[in-house]
Amino acid sequence: MSVLLFTIIVLAGAFLAGLVGSLTGLGGGVIIIPLLTLVLGVDIHYAIGASIVSVIATSSGSAAAYVKEGITNIRIGMFLEIATTISAVIGAVITVYINPSYIAVIFGCILLFSAAMMVRKKVDHSDDRTTGVLANFFKLNGSYPTAGGTVKYGVHNVVGGFVMMFVAGIISGLLGIGSGALKVVAMDNIMRLPFKVSTTTSNFMMGVTAAASAIVYLHRGQIDPGIAMPVTLGVLTGATVGSKLLVKTNTDKLKVIFAVVVTFLALQMIYNGLAGKL
Amino acid sequence: MGKHYFADKDIQVILGTLLRVGVIASMLVVFIGGVIYLSGYSREIIDYSVFNPSKTKYSSILAIFQGLSVLDGKAIIQSGTLLLIFTPVTRVVFSIFGFLIERDYLYVLIGVFVLCVILISLSNKLVG
Repeated sequence: MSVLLFTIIVLAGAFLAGLVGSLTGLGGGVIIIPLLTLVLGVDIHYAIGASIVSVIATSSGSAAAYVKEGITNIRIGMFLEIATTISAVIGAVITVYINPSYIAVIFGCILLFSAAMMVRKKVDHSDDRTTGVLANFFKLNGSYPTAGGTVKYGVHNVVGGFVMMFVAGIISGLLGIGSGALKVVAMDNIMRLPFKVSTTTSNFMMGVTAAASAIVYLHRGQIDPGIAMPVTLGVLTGATVGSKLLVKTNTDKLKVIFAVVVTFLALQMIYNGLAGKL
Repeated sequence: MGKHYFADKDIQVILGTLLRVGVIASMLVVFIGGVIYLSGYSREIIDYSVFNPSKTKYSSILAIFQGLSVLDGKAIIQSGTLLLIFTPVTRVVFSIFGFLIERDYLYVLIGVFVLCVILISLSNKLVG
């Protein structure tokens, strides 16, 4: 394939990934990696390198908007980054020692899980009643502005959340994705943060987590400029357009359609992994 | 608590602006590099089907800077990527200063620790 054709296809795919990603809340890597590996026959190690760059781009791009609104809890972000950065580096270091077929299978499983998390009905567990010793010691409890005034919230099970974040970081470093679905489990279900706070804070954290593993990938030669260029430009323009559309679009139906697509991609990745084709 | 809140708010606005500027700057650099790269190589045939670490020319910060000095398109793209990678890292540095101003030394320590982990990832030795 010529460089020009490859660039155009990846640019269009990345634009779509950024657009749908920002509308459904799923990261761009979820589409980028199957596109590069299944459709264009790119080695999964290059796909991982390109994907992590797109994670940083979307995280920084959207975090810029959220941080100003004052919903992001910077202390929780910084505290949990201890876990995610260490594990992201570990994940990035061990990627090359793992058979690419296994990586494809793990990736497929994470895709299935992400699709399920996307369509699941969310239950807000947050409250501001008494919290644990650790949450008080690390000053994690906070408040955020809503239309009806400032809402306070307490943070629960800090140790459990920290351990789950460690897992999320390993997966992120291993597969080159933001692993947002796992972070939601840690923040919404285990630490019981309000949705808005957990979504924006996890988005804010992703950039730092991804930066740690991206540097490892760069040194190993996994970030190829010819792939990274169209991926970065495409995903970010797509995400920008998507965030503008978000206000006017009813995303419920879109989420179901996208969940079906992601499930199909997941099964493809798992099948190809098991058949040793990736 | 009031004063504490305002300091937090200021830091958040600075962090937000920083992230935005970093992303826009790196996109511009990647775009310029992309145009130069395509103008030179667009008809060439590429094959990414096998991962070959030695094929990527710009896999270290030093090599990227050397490539920049001859205005190589690929090197310019990689420097844009570097800019993107370091945007969230700068964010950590700024947060540390923010916590220092607030005299929240526990979080200064946590921030420094996170920064150290990222700096360790800069070491070539991690790549087998």
